[in-house]
Amino acid sequence: MYKIIYKKCLNDFVIMMDVEAPLVARKAEPGQFIILRVDENGERIPLTIAGFDQKQGTVRIIFQVVGATTKKLSHKNAGDYLSDFVGPLGTPTHTEGLKKVCIVGGGVGCAIALPVAQKLHAMGCEVHGIIGFRSKDLLILEDEFRACCNQLTVMTDDGSYGRQGVVTLPLEEAIQAGEAYDEVLAIGPLIMMKFVVATTKPYQVKTIVSMNPIMIDGTGMCGGCRLTVGGETKFACVDGPDFDGFSVDFDEAMQRGSIYNNYERHAYSETCNLFTKEVE
Amino acid sequence: MAANMNPKKNPMPSQPPEVRAHNFNEVALGYTKDAAMDEAMRCLGCKHMPCVSGCPVNIHIPDFITKIKEGDFEGAYQIIAQSSSLPAVCGRVCPQENQCEKHCVRGIKGEPVGIGRLERFVADWHNTYVQEPPKCPVSNGHKVAVIGAGPAGLACAGDLAKKGYQVTIFEALHMPGGVLVYGIPEFRLPKSIVEKEVDTLRALGVKIETNVVIGKTITTDELLGEMGFEAVFIGSGAGLPRFMGIPGESLKGVYSANEYLTRSNLMKAYREDSSTPIMKSRRVAVVGGGNVAMDAARTALRLGAEKVYIVYRRSMEELPARHEEVEHAVEEGVELLLLTNPTEILGYNNPEDKRDPQNGFVTGIRCTKMELGEPDERGRRSPVEIPNSFFTVEVDAVIMAIGTSPNPLIKKTTTGLEVNARGGIIVQEETGATTMEGVYAGGDAVTGAATVILAMGAGKTAASAIDIYLQGN
Repeated sequence: MYKIIYKKCLNDFVIMMDVEAPLVARKAEPGQFIILRVDENGERIPLTIAGFDQKQGTVRIIFQVVGATTKKLSHKNAGDYLSDFVGPLGTPTHTEGLKKVCIVGGGVGCAIALPVAQKLHAMGCEVHGIIGFRSKDLLILEDEFRACCNQLTVMTDDGSYGRQGVVTLPLEEAIQAGEAYDEVLAIGPLIMMKFVVATTKPYQVKTIVSMNPIMIDGTGMCGGCRLTVGGETKFACVDGPDFDGFSVDFDEAMQRGSIYNNYERHAYSETCNLFTKEVE
Repeated sequence: MAANMNPKKNPMPSQPPEVRAHNFNEVALGYTKDAAMDEAMRCLGCKHMPCVSGCPVNIHIPDFITKIKEGDFEGAYQIIAQSSSLPAVCGRVCPQENQCEKHCVRGIKGEPVGIGRLERFVADWHNTYVQEPPKCPVSNGHKVAVIGAGPAGLACAGDLAKKGYQVTIFEALHMPGGVLVYGIPEFRLPKSIVEKEVDTLRALGVKIETNVVIGKTITTDELLGEMGFEAVFIGSGAGLPRFMGIPGESLKGVYSANEYLTRSNLMKAYREDSSTPIMKSRRVAVVGGGNVAMDAARTALRLGAEKVYIVYRRSMEELPARHEEVEHAVEEGVELLLLTNPTEILGYNNPEDKRDPQNGFVTGIRCTKMELGEPDERGRRSPVEIPNSFFTVEVDAVIMAIGTSPNPLIKKTTTGLEVNARGGIIVQEETGATTMEGVYAGGDAVTGAATVILAMGAGKTAASAIDIYLQGN
């Protein structure tokens, strides 16, 4: 059992938790993920590591309530226990030798982008951040990004905060203005990463994307997380989750990600009903 | 006592096919006491014990059968337990027809003695009537780490614990058992039986740490260094599933057998109270002809499929699954499409509406007919495509059961551990010793996909080699 040490709601849909898992914290690096089960009979879900404290032995996760399992997880509080928490899994984000990087985060993906930005900043790399949200209510981690980015642009779809528009807008402007990035790192919804790649490819700016497909074991056994990268089948759990954005087949990944949509919607509404009943 | 000269085995009582095809309860129900004693009487007690030579873990077969004849079932259990850590499992899933029973003298002029069925009877009898846990042996002070709580790891841990070693098993998943819990379905091996066998190991003093991925959470070097283990056994099991490389394998409804079975078995997706989804498909094609393919096909039936096909490119004769499994599958209504090879998986695509939720779901599998050509250097006749013999089978799910390649995680993070071209860890066959001192390996991590009992045999071999290594130090 793994104790939740700290919990904070970052907005109405996004929750941050620190979970006691000293073995995971000891080895965790930015870009890696964990798999957890909330309780017995729960499903195994992957969540990318949003931070870790080796002294305290805790691992930070930040998640958005999107389905039945994240709904159940959101009802857990500090002092409660999770039944399983395993990691760190996947290959850490490659940072060696980078001098100037643009980090593009979208929505809850910003939670995963942050530790990478912090590591790059600590290494002395020049970090430009572009973080995008649907609206001001959904904004997260702005101060944390400001602290580790040499430049930060906040975008909202509706213009309720920062600049209005999508993240690719300032990205393209920066590239056109002659910013010579060693790498662009995009972490967010698949559709955002697809368009980031479409933006950088004409300029041949190397772009790394962090993929988060459906997984079960997360250790290279089930093959559920397979993606087509450069025409080859790759497994996000052991070969990724970071891949060369120019080579990823995003359309296929988006289609595969929707396989359980019907089931998920049903399970989500059932779980919500369950919690409503408990309240009554 | 005169031997029972009936040329046939006592039949195994089973759920009728039309009933069992719709539930997840165990298919074979096990011998009664009378049937077991009657079957035991068929054993001639040959002095040269040919059966034992066919057993990868060398169970003293005639001795345990003698105890059954005498009605001393616990005595029989104790004899099996000397050689096997998982008798209730092996009695169910071992391919006895290619092992002990293949060498049985009674098999020359009839059916061999039902050794597997007797083993199962004895183990079940013990599990039902004997509550007393085995005695925890006196510790010899040596610490050994075992990676993976599957058949190889459990067998290795059991043998070492009995010799007094302090054994810790590290398991990546949330539950011990490996393929016994994620792969083999409930209807063939109830999970409560695996749990009992694991409890027996715990009673012997074996510690099991779940949710630890060796190579990620902890490395092999750390186990041997700061964590103070003197030897390590790697039984990390099968790895990444293979796909055919044909168009359409990324469509929604294409599963690897590992994924499909893990969802249903380990994650219990067949039960209402599980939160793990699985597609409830109407028509399913399973590609491959091994035991895993049969397990996947029979699982699909039980999840409610109306029609399930096994698609296999060779003929019935070459079908690698156990005869009994094929027979069970066919009785339950699985249709075999033999000498058939898939060339493409077809999916739904609405050109008018890119957002049609049906887009990307499997609609069929295109196949070609095959014939067997000349035998290759290994004597296997390779299948050759018959020109222009394409046909399409309408299905909404395709399950690929064409094997796996060994798990890459430990190899990636352990310098000095050598693997062969196929990714299997290189070991000395007689000891299981790897290229790293104090590190041993066995099971699918070495051989690629094989059987439970071969993995157990490898675990036992390594356990005795580890014992010799540590006693010599």
